[in-house]
Amino acid sequence: MSATPVTGAKPYGLGYRVRKGTRLGITYLVMILLAFFFLFPIIFMLVSSIKVNETQIIRDMSSLAAFVPYGELGLQNYRDVFAQMPFGRFMFNSVFVVGSTVFGGLMVNSMIAYALARLRFGGRQFILTLIIALIIIPFEAVAIPLLLMVNRFGWLDSYHVQIIPFIADPFSIFLFYQFFIGLPKDLDEAAVVDGAGPLRVYWNIILPLSRPVFATVAILQFLSNWGKFLWPLMVTRGFEYRPLPVAIQQFFSQDPKVWGDIFAFSAMITIPVLVVFLLFQKWFVQSVATSGIKG
Amino acid sequence: MARQASTAQAVPAKKGLTGWRRKEAIVAWVFSTPALLLLIVFLLVPFIMAFGLAFTDQRLIPNPNLPTRFIGLRNFARLLKDETFHRALLNNFLFAAVVVPLQTSFALLLAILVNQKLRFVNAFRTVYFSPVVTTMVVVAIIWTFLYNPGGLINACIRAISFGHLGPYDWLTNTKLAFPAIMLLSIWQGVGFQMVIYLAGLQDIPGELYEAAQVDGANRWQQFWNVTLPQLRNTTIFVVIATTILAFKLFDQVWVMTKGGPQEATMTTMILVYKEGFKQLRVGYASAISVVFFLIVLGVSLLQRVFLREERAVS
Repeated sequence: MSATPVTGAKPYGLGYRVRKGTRLGITYLVMILLAFFFLFPIIFMLVSSIKVNETQIIRDMSSLAAFVPYGELGLQNYRDVFAQMPFGRFMFNSVFVVGSTVFGGLMVNSMIAYALARLRFGGRQFILTLIIALIIIPFEAVAIPLLLMVNRFGWLDSYHVQIIPFIADPFSIFLFYQFFIGLPKDLDEAAVVDGAGPLRVYWNIILPLSRPVFATVAILQFLSNWGKFLWPLMVTRGFEYRPLPVAIQQFFSQDPKVWGDIFAFSAMITIPVLVVFLLFQKWFVQSVATSGIKG
Repeated sequence: MARQASTAQAVPAKKGLTGWRRKEAIVAWVFSTPALLLLIVFLLVPFIMAFGLAFTDQRLIPNPNLPTRFIGLRNFARLLKDETFHRALLNNFLFAAVVVPLQTSFALLLAILVNQKLRFVNAFRTVYFSPVVTTMVVVAIIWTFLYNPGGLINACIRAISFGHLGPYDWLTNTKLAFPAIMLLSIWQGVGFQMVIYLAGLQDIPGELYEAAQVDGANRWQQFWNVTLPQLRNTTIFVVIATTILAFKLFDQVWVMTKGGPQEATMTTMILVYKEGFKQLRVGYASAISVVFFLIVLGVSLLQRVFLREERAVS
C-alpha cells in the first residue's frame, strides 16, 4: 500500500501513517493519564488499607510509595475495624434500607405508571401533571419539614424512617411511564379480547416486556440511595439503624485518626459496589444514559 | 377458556364492556393509590409545610411554655441580614460558576475520547465512571488525606514547581478549602455526565459527518459545526442538572470542613442542616429551604425556556 508514490498527506502514504500512529499514541497516552487521575485515590485507599504499619502509611503519603504495596502487609486494619465497631450491622442496615427502598419503589412506581400509561380513568391527566410537577422538588427542600413530621410520628431511629419516604419517586414513575407508553397497544388489546383483566395484562404482558426499564430504575435508585448521607445523619442516633456513610463519617471524625483503619473501612464500603458495578457495567452505563433523556 | 368465563359473567354483551371499563378504573386507582399516597404525605405535604413553617418560629422540639407563633416575614427579614446565609448563597453560586463549565467541558472531552473505535476503549470508560459508584462520604475522606499538608497533592505541586510552591494546608486555608472541594466534586461527578454525553454523541447521525467531510471540513470544524450543535439538548440538560447539584452541595463539605474555616465553605444545605437540625430552628431553616427551592425552580424553568427556544427555531 505504501508503494503508491505519493507525498505525505494522501491516505496510506508513509507520512499519513506516521501521523496516524502519532495521533493514536497521543490518544492512548492521554487516556492512560486520565485513567490514573480517576483511579489514584481508589488505588491509594486499597493499598494503604493493607499496610499494617500506621507510621509507614503516614511516611508514604507524600510519594509514589503510597501506591506500592510493600513493607508489612496484611488484613490487620480490617480486623481492627471489626473489633472496634459492628461493621456487619452497618452493612446490613445499608443493604436492607437500600434494598427495601429500591424493591418497594420498583413495585409502587411501576404500578402507578402502568395505570397512567395504559388505563383509562377519571383523574388520569391530573395525576400525570402532578407527578411531572413533583419531579422539580428536590428532597433537600423538604428535608426539614419532613424531619419535623417523622419526629411527630415517633419514627426517629428506625429502618422505616429511612425507607418509606423514599419509595415513591416521581422521576422513576416518569421513566416507567415513558417506557410503558411506547409498548405497542395491540398487545394488551389481544389479551383483553382473550378476557384478561387489567391486572393480568400488567403482570403477564407488560412486566415481562419491561425488564430494561426495571433495571434502569433499579440502578438509578440504587446509586442515589446507597450514598445517602444527610437524611440518615438526621434520623439515626445509635448504631442500630445507622447506614454505612454515616458510620464511616462518625468513625472518621473521632480523634486520634487511625488512617489504616479508616482506609480499611472505606475499602469495605467501596469494594462491594465496585464489584457489582463491574459485573453489570453495561447496565449501569445504559441507565445513566437514559436519565439524560429527560432533557 | 378465560374468554368463555368472562362472557358468561357479563350476560348482556353491552354490560360486559362497561364492566371492563369499571374494572379498569378500579384497578387504575388501586395501582395509583400507594405511590400517590406516599408522594402526597412525604413530598407534597412537607413541601407545603416548608412554606407555612417559614412564617413561624417553629422549633424541632417544641417548648410547651412557648407555643409556636406566626411571625410574618421576620424569618425572611433575618435572612436579608444573615451574613452566613449570604456567604452560603454566594458559595453555591460560585461553585456553580466554576464547576459547571469545567465539569461540562471535561465530560464532553472524555466522552469524545472514549467514543472512538479503539481497543480497550470500554475499559477506559469503566475507569472514568468508577468514581461515580464510590460513595461521596468515602471520596471526601480519601481526599482529606490527599489534601493533608504532607500529602500527595502538596507533593505533586512541589514537584511541578521545583519546590517553589507549597506545602499548603488546603482544608484549613480560607482561600483554598472551597477550590479543594470543587476539584474533588468534579473528580467524582464527571463520569456521570460523560456517559450522558456519550449517549448524545452516539445519537448524531453519521451522514452529518460524511457531508461535512465532503465539504472539506477538518476535525476541528466538524466539532464546532456538527458535534456541538447536535449536542445542544444534551448540554442544556447537563448544565442544568449540574447547576442544581451545585445548590444541593452538602456531603463532601460536611465530611471535610463542616462549612469552615471561617465559613469559607459554608453552603445553603450546610446552613439548613445547622439551623434546622443542630439549632432546632425549623422555622428559620424552612425559610432557607423556600429560597433554595425558588432558586432550583428558577434554574429548572431556564431549562424549559432554552429547550422551547430551540424547538421554535427548528
